Amino acid sequence: MQTPMQIRWTVDTEALQDLAEALTQHFPDDVVATHLAYGELTVEIQREGLRRILQWLRDEPSALFQELVDLCGVDWPMRERRFDVVYHLLSLKHNLRVRLKLMTDEDTPVPSVQRIFPTAGWFERETWDMYGILFADHDDLRRLLTDYGFEGHPLRKDFPLTGHVEVRYDEQQKRVVYEPVQLQQDWRSFDFLSPWEGGAPLPGDEKVDKAS
Amino acid sequence: MPTDVEMRTFTMNFGPQHPAAHGVLRLVLELDGEVVERADPHIGLLHRGTEKLIEYRPYIQSIPYFDRLDYTSMLLQEHSYVLAMENLIGCEVPERALWIRTLFDEITRIGNHLLNITTMALDCGAMTPLLWGFEHREKTMEFYERVSGARMHANYYRPGGVNRDLPEGLADDIRAWTTDFLQFVDDMEALLTENRIFKQRTVDIGIVSLEDALAWGFSGPMLRGSGAAWDLRKAQPYAMYEFVDFDVPVGENGDCFDRYICRVEEMRQSVRIILQCLDKMQPGPVRTADKKVTPPPRAEMKRSMEALIHHFKLYTEGVHVPEGETYAAVESGKGEFGVYLVSDGTNKPYRCKIRSPGYVHLQALDFMGKGHQLADIVAIIGSLDIVFGEIDR
Repeated sequence: MQTPMQIRWTVDTEALQDLAEALTQHFPDDVVATHLAYGELTVEIQREGLRRILQWLRDEPSALFQELVDLCGVDWPMRERRFDVVYHLLSLKHNLRVRLKLMTDEDTPVPSVQRIFPTAGWFERETWDMYGILFADHDDLRRLLTDYGFEGHPLRKDFPLTGHVEVRYDEQQKRVVYEPVQLQQDWRSFDFLSPWEGGAPLPGDEKVDKAS
Repeated sequence: MPTDVEMRTFTMNFGPQHPAAHGVLRLVLELDGEVVERADPHIGLLHRGTEKLIEYRPYIQSIPYFDRLDYTSMLLQEHSYVLAMENLIGCEVPERALWIRTLFDEITRIGNHLLNITTMALDCGAMTPLLWGFEHREKTMEFYERVSGARMHANYYRPGGVNRDLPEGLADDIRAWTTDFLQFVDDMEALLTENRIFKQRTVDIGIVSLEDALAWGFSGPMLRGSGAAWDLRKAQPYAMYEFVDFDVPVGENGDCFDRYICRVEEMRQSVRIILQCLDKMQPGPVRTADKKVTPPPRAEMKRSMEALIHHFKLYTEGVHVPEGETYAAVESGKGEFGVYLVSDGTNKPYRCKIRSPGYVHLQALDFMGKGHQLADIVAIIGSLDIVFGEIDR
C-alpha cells in the first residue's frame, strides 16, 4: 500500500498571516475581516478602500502583488448587498496569493481598478455583463461575452438557465430572428439532496413549523 | 480635385470567419494606411455559458465541460478543477494517480504547443510544420484515446485520482514515441528557427516588456517570453512536479519569436518530464479509497450492500463538497489556468469562475498591436496562443 501524497505545495502560512496583520494595521477602517482557509488568505474589505489597498499591495516591497490574476462576481440574492466582487492577486516575488472580497448591490458602483491593473478592463466588463455590477470610472463598460443587444445578466441566480430568447435563421425573412424560448419539455431541476441528512426540511415539515 | 486632404483612419472588420483569427475572433481594427491604430476584439461568439451550466450540475458531471473549454489542452483544465475540488473535500490522491496526471499534463502540453507553433507558422506563410506537427499531435490524441476512450474530450481525471489505470503497453508506446518526437522537434526547428521569412515576420513584433506583461496579467510562455522565470510547476508545484527535473526556458526580448522559442523548448522539457514519469511510476491504486468520492469496484458491488449504496448515492446525488471557497491553478499550455470554486455545502458548485489565460492575453492585443502593420497582427495573434473555447467559455 502506498502512502497518499500531499496534494498542494506547502503554502507559507506565516507570510500570509503577517500580510493579514499588515493589512489590518495599515487599513483599519477598510479591512473588515481576514480568513485563512485551505492555505489561502481571504481579506474582506470595504468598497471605498479598494483602490488604496490594491495600490498598497502592488507597490509595498513586502507584498509586491504585481499581477491581478482574476476578478469576478458572486451572486447571493438573499443578502441585502447581494454581490461579492472577488479579486485574486499573485505576487511573483514572494510566491503568494491573496484574495480580496467586497460587497455591493445592484445600484452601487465599485471603483474600477483599471488604472492600477490594466488587465482589470475586460474582467470588469465581463462582471458587468454577467452580473450587472457597475464599475465607476471604467473607460469602456460595454458588454463583452453576450450577444449584441442582449438583455439581462445571465450569471445572476434569478436568471433562468435556458435564457429568455432563442435564435434561429429564418428562411423567409433571410435573416436571424429572436424568439421567446420554447422548451420541448419543461425545465426540470432534480433535487438529489437527501432529506435524511439534515439540511432541508422533510416534505410536510414546513407546515408543522407554521402551526407552532 | 479635393483641395484639403483630410487624414483619417478607416475601420476594418477582421473575422469572425478569417482563418488567421484562430476561431471566432472578430476584430474591429482602426487603420491608418496599413498601420493599426486600435484593435478592438469582439469576443463571445462561442459563449456557451459554461459557468452557469456548472452551477446546475453535480460536481463530477462538470468535469467534461472543462475538456470543452480550451479544446487543445483538455486534461490540464480538468486538473485545475479537480484540484479545486480536492482542496475543498480534503481527499488524498494515491501516488500513481499523481504520476499519471503529471504524465498526461505533459502529453497535453505537447499537443497544445504543437497546435500553436504550427498554426502560427502557417499564419506566417509556412505550411510544412503544420502538416508534420499534426501527425504527432494525432499521436498524443491516440494516447488520450487509449487511456480514456476519447480522442480529445478525455474526461479522465477524477477527484481523488484518475478514472482508470494505464492500459497495458501504453507506457512503452509513449516511451518509443518520445524518440520520434524529439527528432520531429529538431526537424521543425530546422524549418523555422533560422528561416529568414519566419524571422522577419516574428522578430521584434509585438514586444512586451516585463512590467507590461505583469500589468496585463500575462502568464505561461507569454510571461516567460518577456523574461520572467515563472512557472507554476516550479513555483507552486502540484501533482509530482516537485520530484521531476526540468528547466524553465526564458526569453529575452518578449517578442513573438522569443515566445515561439520558449514553446519549442518547453516541448523538449515536457519530453524530459514524460520520461521521468515513466521511470518513476510504480504500480499501485489510481483512486483514493474514500468511498464518498470514488465508486466501488464493480465486483464488490455484486456482493456488498454497502458498496451498492455508495455507488447509487455517488451517481445520483454526487459528492458533497464542504462549504468554502478555493482557487486552484495549474500551468496550462497557455498560461495560468485557474478555477475559483465557491461551495455552499451541497452537491453542486455555488459558483465556479474559470480564469483562462487566453482571455487575459487577448485583451492585451490592442496594446501589443498598436503601431504595427496589419499583417503583424496575424503574427501576434498566432503568438498569443488563443483558443476561443476558453476565452468565451
